[in-house]
Amino acid sequence: MTLLAFDWIFLIEKLVLIVIIISVSLVIAMYETYAERKVAAWIQDRVGPDRAGPWGILQPLADGGKLFFKEEIIPNSSNKFLFVLGPCLAMLTAMMTCAVVPWSSKLELFGRSIDMQIADINIGILYVFGVVSMGVYGIMIGGWASNNKFSLMAALRGASQVISYELAMGLSLIALLMLTGSLSLKTIVEQQQAGLWNIAYQPLGFLLFFVCALAECNRAPFDLPEAESELNMGYHQEYSSMKLGFYLFSEYINMFISSAIMATLFFGGYDVPFLDESKLAVNVAAIVGLVALMLKIFFFIFLFMWVRWTLPRFRYDQLMRVGWKNMIPLALANMIITAAVVLLIKK
Amino acid sequence: MGTAQILFWSLTALALISAIMVLVSKNPVYSVLWLIVVFFAISGHYILLNAQFLAIVNLIVYAGAIMVLFLFVIMLMNLNTETEPQKSIWMKFFGVVAGGLLLSFFISFVISSADLKGKSAQLKEGEIGLIKTLGKALFNDYVIPFEIASILFLSAMVGAVVIGKKD
Amino acid sequence: MQTLIPHNADESRRMMQSLTNRAKPVDRRPMNFVDRLYLPAVLKGMSITFGHIFKKPPTIKYPEQTREFSPVFRGLHVLNRDEEGRERCTACGLCAVACPAEAITMEAAEREPGEENLYREEKYAARYEINMLRCIFCGLCEEACPKDAIYLSETFAPSNFARKGFIYGKKDLLIPNPVTQPEEYAKAKGKR
Repeated sequence: MTLLAFDWIFLIEKLVLIVIIISVSLVIAMYETYAERKVAAWIQDRVGPDRAGPWGILQPLADGGKLFFKEEIIPNSSNKFLFVLGPCLAMLTAMMTCAVVPWSSKLELFGRSIDMQIADINIGILYVFGVVSMGVYGIMIGGWASNNKFSLMAALRGASQVISYELAMGLSLIALLMLTGSLSLKTIVEQQQAGLWNIAYQPLGFLLFFVCALAECNRAPFDLPEAESELNMGYHQEYSSMKLGFYLFSEYINMFISSAIMATLFFGGYDVPFLDESKLAVNVAAIVGLVALMLKIFFFIFLFMWVRWTLPRFRYDQLMRVGWKNMIPLALANMIITAAVVLLIKK
Repeated sequence: MGTAQILFWSLTALALISAIMVLVSKNPVYSVLWLIVVFFAISGHYILLNAQFLAIVNLIVYAGAIMVLFLFVIMLMNLNTETEPQKSIWMKFFGVVAGGLLLSFFISFVISSADLKGKSAQLKEGEIGLIKTLGKALFNDYVIPFEIASILFLSAMVGAVVIGKKD
Repeated sequence: MQTLIPHNADESRRMMQSLTNRAKPVDRRPMNFVDRLYLPAVLKGMSITFGHIFKKPPTIKYPEQTREFSPVFRGLHVLNRDEEGRERCTACGLCAVACPAEAITMEAAEREPGEENLYREEKYAARYEINMLRCIFCGLCEEACPKDAIYLSETFAPSNFARKGFIYGKKDLLIPNPVTQPEEYAKAKGKR
């Protein structure tokens, strides 16, 4: 085992895949901001951004340019290093999750069979979970380093929200894992390709997971950590320029990734319903699968926005009550019922 | 030196340095952050041992949950160097001596332990930390200790609810 | 004759006449199980917002499209000319007197020989200013003018960076000459 005994082509292949996936998720996050404004406009009987380019499709570039050219303010009394570290961590944890999502089946290029997944580890879901729980640090460090009471309170608010809803999320996932018997996302998708989608077995589990995903992404109706005017902004109150942009951007990436996870876990991932992928050519199947997954993801992103522009924000005590008194008991009940049913059928 | 060894030594160095930084940092928030780095390094070691489940659970439970609670408390207490009580030099000296004695005791214990003699860690091939083997071990061989531990946790939870409940 | 004084809350509610018949009484029953799930209400709300996606937005995309004004719209002032292109204003000051916002100031001058094709009467306004920040666009100046020299058009004052820019002088207000610039004149005149 020497240092140079790597499969170098394998390494390059994975690196290319990583670069592609990260840039694609960045571009999608960019256009999510545009889609958010458009969806909001449509729901409110408005037109939305339509000045920058045809139908306003260059709006994200304009927004990004604006953020880049704004003055970069680091408060004097802030902790400089942590102040910069906060948004970086938020961005990093947002990006890391996409490593385990199976984007499609195998692709055959240059005589190699390329997995459309960065890493198929046998603890896929737990990895997602771990990274999500790391996401709290971006919020907490940023809020604390600002050395501002409002930021600190908002950071604590956000962190306790994320921790509370993580529990219900984990419990709703355990019920799913009992059915699949595997933590690898790839295996879960392959099982759904063979049989029914998991939503058919776990409708309550999906509902719980979706609500928790809203809370984890700090999306309305759970967007207390960043309530713009009502609660004096949020943990990013002192941030300006692209550091603020990073925080906002990481949220949109989170939204994209959690849509991908939901599509993978409950809606068959890259599975196309009523289509036998094994009859297609390998590459065609991979591309069809990728398109199917993307469509599912876009639907979920739309659902996120649709919910945001429909429901009003929770009050903080309501948020905690829903999380601890409604979601967790429901998730526990769901878990126990699932366990009992699985046990009965297996017998 | 193979890849695994390079990784092992760099992770070890990272773990030790950040563990020292936990103690040396004046600001308790920095201490907590360094402690998180320690957990990451240890998780890296678990992954080298092919114990992916242990690695990720270590991250979720310790770095993701317990350290967040630590950070919560420390951020709210607003500790800093001015409010920290200054201990006398003798206290520090005896602390170092006691800690050093404990460390040397542990090291000598580990080195002389018969269980560990002549054994090396399983790199990459080990199965002990995988979720399947771990689950089987927990629910077959150690099921009674496991259940007792869960009852302990349950009672702790009930206790927390009782304390937290207004009467 | 019966007096219409309510004696208690119930009676007053009965006596309160609904103007539109659209008022809905507030349902104050305690929530049942289905209500407490909140999901039906959430889904109802989501269906309402989804329906709005397909509604036509009432937006007028301003620089490209403009709103249709009614013919009596009172917009920016125009100082009128007669058919031969002579200024109608004689600087009598009636508009300034009529103006409730005191937005109009003017300075009169006497017409010199040889200027007959410029000014219709012997006296004319050498300076005529309207402060658009003070003006309330009531149209009283238009009503006061005996010579039909001033009227309010169908445009409105464009935005400006400085207050100075809102004080409109004669060159901003005067309508183009109908003899030399008939097209611009027709455009500035509008539908009136």
